[in-house]
Amino acid sequence: MSVLAHVFEAAGLSTVVLASMKDVVEAVAPPRALFCEFPLGRPLGKPLDTDFQTDVLHRAFALLDAESGPALAEHPEVIEATEEPLACAMPARFDPNLPAAVDEARGIRKAYDRSVAKRGTSVGRSFDADGVPDALAVFHQIAEGAHWKNDVSIPGKNTVAAAHDIRTYYEEAALELVEGPPPGGRQAEAWYFDTTEAGKTMLAARKAMADQEAPFGFWFYMAPGHR
Amino acid sequence: MSGDQAMRSHAGTLPVPEFADAAFVTPPPLAEARVAIVTSAALHTKDHEAFGNTDTSFRSIDRAERDLILGHWSPNFDRNGFAIDLNVVYPIDRLEELAAAGIIGDVAPKHYSFAGNQPDDVATIRLDSGPTAAAEMVADGVDVVLLTPV
Repeated sequence: MSVLAHVFEAAGLSTVVLASMKDVVEAVAPPRALFCEFPLGRPLGKPLDTDFQTDVLHRAFALLDAESGPALAEHPEVIEATEEPLACAMPARFDPNLPAAVDEARGIRKAYDRSVAKRGTSVGRSFDADGVPDALAVFHQIAEGAHWKNDVSIPGKNTVAAAHDIRTYYEEAALELVEGPPPGGRQAEAWYFDTTEAGKTMLAARKAMADQEAPFGFWFYMAPGHR
Repeated sequence: MSGDQAMRSHAGTLPVPEFADAAFVTPPPLAEARVAIVTSAALHTKDHEAFGNTDTSFRSIDRAERDLILGHWSPNFDRNGFAIDLNVVYPIDRLEELAAAGIIGDVAPKHYSFAGNQPDDVATIRLDSGPTAAAEMVADGVDVVLLTPV
């Protein structure tokens, strides 16, 4: 973002960056930046909080009054991501003959559909919601010892895209399975990887692929780096 | 270490490009300025070609468009905030409100989306796709660009 700010300014545009990485913004030194220590992925800080978002914009646009740059300011409020898992009501085991993750994915489909009706969806990089249970069945096989390349066929042929679609299906469904205020940053991630059968399956498949010496980029980006 | 701390620590170790003689453009008064958003969230519509991994191109988003997909490839940030309220990444409704209140002059007709996970040398966005998006914004009469990172 700070790189693009320099590019745009050189073209005659005035820019303000909402910066999320302090070290980076200080090093790249765009003409104007408001460093906001908010959860990564939430540059305006708080979803559904119009007043807070508007205040962020006021603080950012105030930097347009600077007579020279780089003009770097910090938002006074720090919002930390929380890795406390969401408390979601989950369906009971339905078909004991299926791998638990596949059964679970089928069970939350109605919640996912309700979420899509309200908010749209970012599932669909490799497959849509119909493909999630089948993809989980494949990753379950990998987690159980099948070779990622020789023994199974990964839907869409891209492990990272498949992992994205499964996780996003779950995280969007979670919004219909949880009560209360909007979840904090990374709460849905923590719920998915720490508590769901699908998340556990994907972490196990990722570890199995690493152990099988699959190319680094094929397994590492199936989950956040710190996991 | 939390996921965000890990990402911020890692980002601090990456090489960054240098900009000698950085340009600094003084904008018109905010109440007269036309404002565009440029995000690195890889937002796109259903009609756009989806972003690839380390995609260096951009998509333009019509001012009225709200049905957007978060196409960023990195698994290392929260996506749930965007699912709840796109304004937490792409504050288009806030801009419309500020324009209606006369605080900014106008909302640009088009806004722009890049992918945040760029090749380390960032050569293409610096020399090709970035200047192309800038030229489009200049042609649209944009004065101020708000950049939102993901």
